[in-house]
Formats: sequence, C-alpha cells, structure tokens
Amino acid sequence: MTVTVTEPAAPVTRRVPVSRGYRFELVKLVSQWRIRLLVLACWIAPALFVVGVGQQSTLPSDTLFGRWMLATGWAGPLVVLGFAGTWALPLLTSVVAGDVFASEDRLGTWRHLLVAVRSPRRIFVAKALASLTVILLLVAGLVCSSTAGGLLAVGNRPLVGLDGHLLAPGDAAGRVLFAWVCALAPTLALAAIGLLGSVALGRSPMGLLLPPLVALAMQVAQMLPLPVAVRLALPGYAFISWNGLFTDPVQLAPLLTGVTVSLVWAVLATTLAYLLFVRRDFTNPAYDGSGRRAFTVGLLPLAGLTGLTVAVVAVATPSTGSGIDQDKVQRSLATAFAHLYRMQTGQLHRPAVTEAQLRTTTACTKSDGQAAQEGPGNDWRCVVTWHLPGVAVTGTAVYQLDIGPDGRYVADGDGPKEVNGYFLVRTSTGDTPNPLWQFDGNVDLLGTTSKG
Amino acid sequence: MDILHAVRASGITRCFGDVVALDSVDLDVTQGQIHGLVGPNGAGKTTLLGLLLGLAVPDGGRLEILGTPVERTLAVPDGVAGFVDAPGLYPSLTARQNLAALAGLRGQDARTAGIDDVLDEVGLTDVADDRTRGFSLGMRQRLGLAAALLTRPRLLVLDEPANGLDPAGKRHVHRVLNRLAAEGTSVVLSSHHMDDLEALCAEVTILDTGRVVFSGPLNKLAAENRELDYRLRTSDPQAARRQADGTAGVVRIVDGAPQDSEVLVVRALVPALDELVAGLVRSGVAVRELAPVVSPLEAAFLALTERRENGR
Repeated sequence: MTVTVTEPAAPVTRRVPVSRGYRFELVKLVSQWRIRLLVLACWIAPALFVVGVGQQSTLPSDTLFGRWMLATGWAGPLVVLGFAGTWALPLLTSVVAGDVFASEDRLGTWRHLLVAVRSPRRIFVAKALASLTVILLLVAGLVCSSTAGGLLAVGNRPLVGLDGHLLAPGDAAGRVLFAWVCALAPTLALAAIGLLGSVALGRSPMGLLLPPLVALAMQVAQMLPLPVAVRLALPGYAFISWNGLFTDPVQLAPLLTGVTVSLVWAVLATTLAYLLFVRRDFTNPAYDGSGRRAFTVGLLPLAGLTGLTVAVVAVATPSTGSGIDQDKVQRSLATAFAHLYRMQTGQLHRPAVTEAQLRTTTACTKSDGQAAQEGPGNDWRCVVTWHLPGVAVTGTAVYQLDIGPDGRYVADGDGPKEVNGYFLVRTSTGDTPNPLWQFDGNVDLLGTTSKG
Repeated sequence: MDILHAVRASGITRCFGDVVALDSVDLDVTQGQIHGLVGPNGAGKTTLLGLLLGLAVPDGGRLEILGTPVERTLAVPDGVAGFVDAPGLYPSLTARQNLAALAGLRGQDARTAGIDDVLDEVGLTDVADDRTRGFSLGMRQRLGLAAALLTRPRLLVLDEPANGLDPAGKRHVHRVLNRLAAEGTSVVLSSHHMDDLEALCAEVTILDTGRVVFSGPLNKLAAENRELDYRLRTSDPQAARRQADGTAGVVRIVDGAPQDSEVLVVRALVPALDELVAGLVRSGVAVRELAPVVSPLEAAFLALTERRENGR
C-alpha cells in the first residue's frame, strides 16, 4: 500500500543564538552549590576579615599595606588584593573556568548540548562569557566587601603609599579601584588557562588544577632571582605590579608591561582552547582529553609566547639583571624616609618640615660591601642622613632592608631608638607604631639608574 | 505516489581511526513508524543514532533526514530530537528547571512551553521540583524523553530508552511513543529489550559489527526464522510427552527443561507445533500454556549474530 502525502516546506536548521546559550550556561553555573558558596564567601568573607583585623592589636604586617589597616579603611582592600592574587583568584578561576567544559564531560552531556545548540562555536562563546561573568561577580564581591569592611570598621582616611607619601582618601579610592582593575588582567589569563585545561584535559582533575598550578609556578618564579625581563614576561607579574600605583610618580612601565603580558596570555590561551574545542570529535566514544594535540596546540604556543615576551621585554626595557641596584635602593629609601619623617613630625606635634628641607640622602651597602651591590636579599644595610632647618647637626639613622626579587622591601629601623625604634605615637585616631620603625617600600625594577 | 521518509540512509560508512563503526548501512524509516535498532554491544547502533542526530556526518554514503540531505555536522533540520548514550541532564537543576533551561535555549517561554504537560506524560509530575541528582536511571530516561517531547519532534531518536524502567515507567514510555507515532512522528530507538521492540516496532534493523544483517518488518523476521523452543503446560504431562514424541518435526528438549514436571519444552516449526496442539486436543489433553521460551525477535537476533560469529 502506498500513501499520498503533501511534501511539507523544507525544514530549516536553526542554531541557538549566543545570548540564549549564555543564559543557559549562567543558569547551570549559578545552580551549583559550590559557585553559590563562592559568591557568598567573596561578598561576605573579606568584610569580616577586614573588620576582624580592625579589632586586633596585631596586624598582618607581612602583607603589603597590612601595617596600615588600623590607620585607614583603604588598606583593607589592598591587603585582600595581595592575598587574592596569591591564593583566592587562582582558586576561583579554577573552580569556575577550569571546570566549565570538564563538567559536561563528567556529566556526559556534550551530545545533548550539541544537539540542542548545534554549534560548538556558540557553545564555546557562551561558556567563556558565562564563566567570565561569574568570575567578575566574584572579584566584584572581593572589592566591594573588603572596601565596605575597611570603611565601616576604620574609616575613610588618607593612605600611606609605598614611598611614604600620603594619598588623600579620594585619591586612595581611585588607586585601590584601579589596582583591582589591573589585577583583573592576570585573573583573565588564569581563567583562560582554566578554559584551556578544561577543554584539553576533559574530565581529568588536572584541568581543574591547572590555574592554581600555573599561579603557583608563577609565584615561585617571582620568588626566584630571575632577570627582570623574565619576571615581567610572566603573566603573574601583574598581581605584583599594581604596587607601583602607590608611589609618586606611579611606576607605570612595570604596571603596563604586566597587564599587557597578562592580556596577551588571556587572548592566546582562549584562542587555543577554542581551536581545540571546535576540532573535537564528540562522537568518538574513546575520547578522554585531547592528549597529544593538547600538548602541541595548547602548551607549545604558550611556551613560545613566554620566550617571545622575554625577548621583547629584554629589548624594550632599560633594566638588566635583577633590576635592583644600589642607586635605586638608596633613592627609594631616601624618598620613603623623607615622607614618613614628615608624617612622624606631624604626629609628634613637632615643627613642620618639608621633604625638601630634610635633604635626605642614603648610603646603602649589601653584604657589608663584600658582594656585588645589587640584587635582592636581606643583607642590605642603609644609613640615612637628613637635615633639620636651623639645626647644625645632621641626623642619621640605620635601616636593615629585606628586599624581595620583585622589588618590594621591608625597612627595619636599627637605631637610634628615638628616630626609628619602636614606640607608640598618639594620634587623633588612636595609638599607632612609630611610622619610621618598620615600613614597606618598593624599588622600581624598570627605573633608570642615575649615578652621582 | 510516494511514501514520506523521515530517514533515508544508503551505503552509510563511519570510521573511528582504523575501526569501521558502520559499513555500508542502509536504513529507511517512514513517517509515523517506530523503527527498532538491535545489535550486540559495539554493533554501531549508537554511532548510527549519533548520525541521525547530526552529531557527525558519514564518511561515505548518503543520509537524508526529514527530506534534507545531511552534509555537515549538526546540520540536521529542526524537528529532530532525542539522545544517545544517556539523556543530558544537569544534576544541580530540578526536573522542571532542566526542561525550562532547555525551553529557554530554544527561545520558548518556560511558562508556555508545555513543561507540565510533558512531565505528566512521562509520569514525573510528582518529582518535577526535585533535583535530578537523586533520580534513578529510569527517571532520567523518562526526563530525557520529556525533554525531547518539548521540541515537538518529527523524528525522535532514542538510545536504550527502556534502560532502568520499572513496569509503570515502561508503560508511560510505550504510551508516549505510540501516541507520537500515531500523530506522524517517526521514532528510531535502540534497545536490548526484545519485548519492548516487539511491542513497539513495526520494523527492525539488526546490526552486527557495523553491518546490517536484517532489516524489515518483524513478521518477516519471524517467517525467516527457524525452529523455536516453546514452553508447553498441559493437563496431562505424560500424555503430552507421548504426543510430542509421536509428532513429526517436534523435538522434546530434555536438557535445560524446567524442573516443573507439568511443563515440557519442545522445539518445532510453526506447522509442526500446530500439529502437536491439534493432537493434544484430539486426545482430550487441555493446553494450559504455550509460549516461546525466547521471543521470535531475540531468537532471530541470536541466530543471525551467532551465524556471523561462527562464519568468521
């Protein structure tokens, strides 16, 4: 028997727009309890931490700006930023971006998703945008929460910069916000590495671990005495280079270099993840990660990028070696001392004095002059000399400097006690340690050395 | 005069590296037909279903779905729905949220997409607001079917939809598939459950190592088949044994027969079996039960696949 039928209009193939795929991915992400927990933690925990520290007498002075947490509310978000760059942001990106593709492998939902969306490209874009959104939401939580905690617990007061100069509250607010914006660049790089790991390694937990491992490797690299060109060519450097925003003038070159390198990594890693993803055979039942292709398409280009960046930074920047030399250390310490001396004078209600009147100079030696006078180490010893108007005697003070390979240092006062020893200073906002006793500073790794 | 085909595949081949998953496969599925795919593990059923869903394109041959040639991956026309391996569900979402997310993906309003209707149709209304993390395999299968129903498909592709279903779940699924077929939707389903296929399918295709070893109506398969084993329960087992032994073309199976002394197992073609039953009735022995030990489809499946295996 045959049946006569009317031929219907030719069926069409409709692909799902990216906007709908994005909403779908966002719904899936936000429905996961661990993402909800992270959002909650990022929006609450920093405030609790900053408020909690505000109630303590011991401050986290080993973290940058930690020693100023009782002095201004703007130190809180910077302490949180320092911690976030080390631990929180790599972990957040790994949980979000490092799992966004692998979760479909684990759940066995790829075929379902492909049949529904009908475009691997749109799936990739939707997933990348959705994970970016969640990461931005988490980072926004860290910023808002820590800032609110700081301002509520301590107050909107001036912030002492890394060269000792005072930043008015408005100026501090702008720089704090900009520092967080700069930290987004390496966060994006880690997120892109997370996407790459998630695509390349499938359901393997290595995909999830990739961003923290890369971040850890970058941190270890930053702790090693690497040449400055290599240091700046690594995407994690932007987690440090924001420090330069809190000096006067701003250390712009390391900041821009770090941010640019991070963004290039983000773009390249995302592109590689995309290429791996759209070439994947979703019908092969034996698929379990891209294996060799992940190595050739994923790892080699990033290694190549690192080499290329090192070469470009080495050619484009004036600094060689560690970027830390005697002249830079002396200038940095003299500047910071002068600013802080002026601040101390005000706190002790002594006659006002300006940095120019102090004519501060510093003489620093490393290893008592027995070794090369450059590079990081805790064996820098500096003698600071200054003048007071109307006083014939020149003041001198000694500092021990512990300089890290990234240029950040802690200056520890070594006498005389009346100048840079430990004592409490009574201020309008409470008792604070003598600002000249211990303070943080920063050597501009890309700064030029001016002899004489 | 023409018959509208939902699927027209001729000479389809598909390879994964050196492995030939499908080798010159032909498949025709007409509108409103439920077509079964049978085959041992690794026969190529899932690969074929994946091609029908557009997850891949054949390496060779021609594939036409709903009248449209399929030449690119994921380029099957609208109206094709289903799942391979297992339904894609997100455990952190409830059953309703899973369907609502899918409806949203297609631009449908979750309130008017008919989510409650399809949940009711597959018997999941009571667990609509439960997270699918705790769903059994059978519930997941039914929710997968509900997800496919949301699209109002013209071709439904299902891989082992009966897996894990309890009798009530099976009844829901059978009812849905029969209703769809009656409304003109074509269904291609694979299963290892021969009773399901016999209950649902007008035609079956048997695959073995990527090749079609049979394709056609079930009754043709039964006719092509050889002797079957039948369970026979009568009012007088002794008389029945004597009658079976005396009927030409009937062999009484002793090995593997049930311990129950009232039941005997005989092997025969249908005409010889008819002769045995007639003889029993003439002798005044009541026939209380007569049924094949294995279904005709299963017997045919085993015979066809074993024949190939022995021929290797």
